[in-house]
Amino acid sequence: MSHELRDLYQEVVIDHSKQPRNFRKLEGATRTAEGFNPLCGDHLTLYVKLSDGVIEDIAFQGVGCAISKASASLMTGAVKGKKQEEVLELFRRVHILLTEGPSGRVKPEELGKLAALSGVWEFPMRVKCATLAWHTLRNTLDATGSPFSME
Amino acid sequence: MTAQSLAHGQAGRTSPADFDVERVRLDFPILREKVYGKPLIYLDSAATSQKPQGVVAAMARFLLKENANVHRGVHYLAERATEAYEGARSKVQRFLNAEHAQEIIFVRGTTEAINLVAQTYGKKHVGEGTEVLITAMEHHSNIVPWQMLCEQTGARLRVAPVNDAGELLLEDLESLIGPKTRLVAVTHVSNVLGTINPIRRIVEMAHARGARVLVDGAQAAPHLDIDVQALGCDFYALSGHKMYGPTGIGVLYGRRELLLEMPPYQGGGDMILSVSFDKTVYNNPPYKFEAGTPNMVGAVGLAAAIDFLADLGHDALNAHEEDVLAYGILALSQVPGLRLIGTALAKASVLSFVLDGVHPHDIGTILDREGVAIRTGHHCAQPLMNRLGVAATARASLACYSTRADIDALVAGLEKVQEVFR
Repeated sequence: MSHELRDLYQEVVIDHSKQPRNFRKLEGATRTAEGFNPLCGDHLTLYVKLSDGVIEDIAFQGVGCAISKASASLMTGAVKGKKQEEVLELFRRVHILLTEGPSGRVKPEELGKLAALSGVWEFPMRVKCATLAWHTLRNTLDATGSPFSME
Repeated sequence: MTAQSLAHGQAGRTSPADFDVERVRLDFPILREKVYGKPLIYLDSAATSQKPQGVVAAMARFLLKENANVHRGVHYLAERATEAYEGARSKVQRFLNAEHAQEIIFVRGTTEAINLVAQTYGKKHVGEGTEVLITAMEHHSNIVPWQMLCEQTGARLRVAPVNDAGELLLEDLESLIGPKTRLVAVTHVSNVLGTINPIRRIVEMAHARGARVLVDGAQAAPHLDIDVQALGCDFYALSGHKMYGPTGIGVLYGRRELLLEMPPYQGGGDMILSVSFDKTVYNNPPYKFEAGTPNMVGAVGLAAAIDFLADLGHDALNAHEEDVLAYGILALSQVPGLRLIGTALAKASVLSFVLDGVHPHDIGTILDREGVAIRTGHHCAQPLMNRLGVAATARASLACYSTRADIDALVAGLEKVQEVFR
């Protein structure tokens, strides 16, 4: 296997794609939003329990590739207990990692488990898979309620 | 097995040995390219076929030696260009066995051909209280134009169902054609499943109830021997780029008596006989539907693609593609956890599948790094995906240059996929 593929499909990614965390409907969610990737048919529903601007709980359901599932799963773990502004800042940094790679402006080790996504940048066609859940989360926080569609 | 071999039995078939695929491949320089240092295994011909040298050379020759605007000038080059363009039309006429060259309209591709019919024939004949019938296996390009027409006119869109193998349920289809049905729009070959639909029977059912039939031939044109008179259809649409020609050129065949009474599509030059601010008189078909300077070089490329297909020989090509398809079906069925999607008896050149525990998108990425190009996703047929209960499939599709070795490379690649997800 090429090293790029090994970077993309890191053990953490495979693990989270096979056994996604927080993969359920969240009872008592204060906000939900849907995300679509019309290119590949990926679809997810995100449930957020927001209290005083803090994500108290978060869960998701849907179908998608390993990258989109793992990214959503890792995201739910990373944002739980965080304030809205912190989440948006984290997304900004994750986005830099996804597009610039590990030698870019954001060091993977600063992002904890999300560092597992550091191989995605070598596959430009797959960046959208990794950002679908994040864009959907941002929509949830914006409370527009409109489905997010990747174009 | 193709419609032809079903119709004619197995007799008279050419053996694959008569088809020198290695020689055919020499005509496609792109097949000698490497991706990520590995030989390219191109299994995405249903998305677009690769181009033989003859097509590229014909287009270059036209641009470098014959280019001028058609139907306008009196000078030498204008005449040469018009001859080339109209020669291409006659070639398409023979390719489809249309009765008249005027029945061949050049368009951008199948999508535009279908939109043209929807917005001209459809606008005139489809209205409130009438119905358009499509099938559950249509590409979005044979769904959305009809949805738009129905929205505009208040007509109703109905959908004929398919079975789990991906075959049309003909009795249900027939029961959906009634006195309200104005038009039946159906694909000849499914881009997702490879299913070959029994067009002649569908045409008989529709005509018996006074409905017209449009056939989406985008996937059929590179594989089947098409005879619009034998099929009896009213409209037939195809794209050049799926049959070894360039992008941006396609064909709408329409029966002359229908074209004559249809309103024009777009307004502009070439589609008129005379223009004054009081009244404009439209040109005759096909020009009535070809406003503006046409895609001349595209038409020349399409004509060269038709020559290329003719040189291959239909029977030999058919036998070769059937051989690789049968080999592919067998090889893929032996991959653990793999399920073929689309197992119609009459099937052409498409191998759609899903793999347990691995999303098609991931299959596509890993195969790509092995040099194997396939398509993954919903293939612009989301309603069909829903019907089959899958979000997406991986699709390997074949062409004249495909080989058993390509299938072997695909299967070896799938082993890598399973390694990653073990």
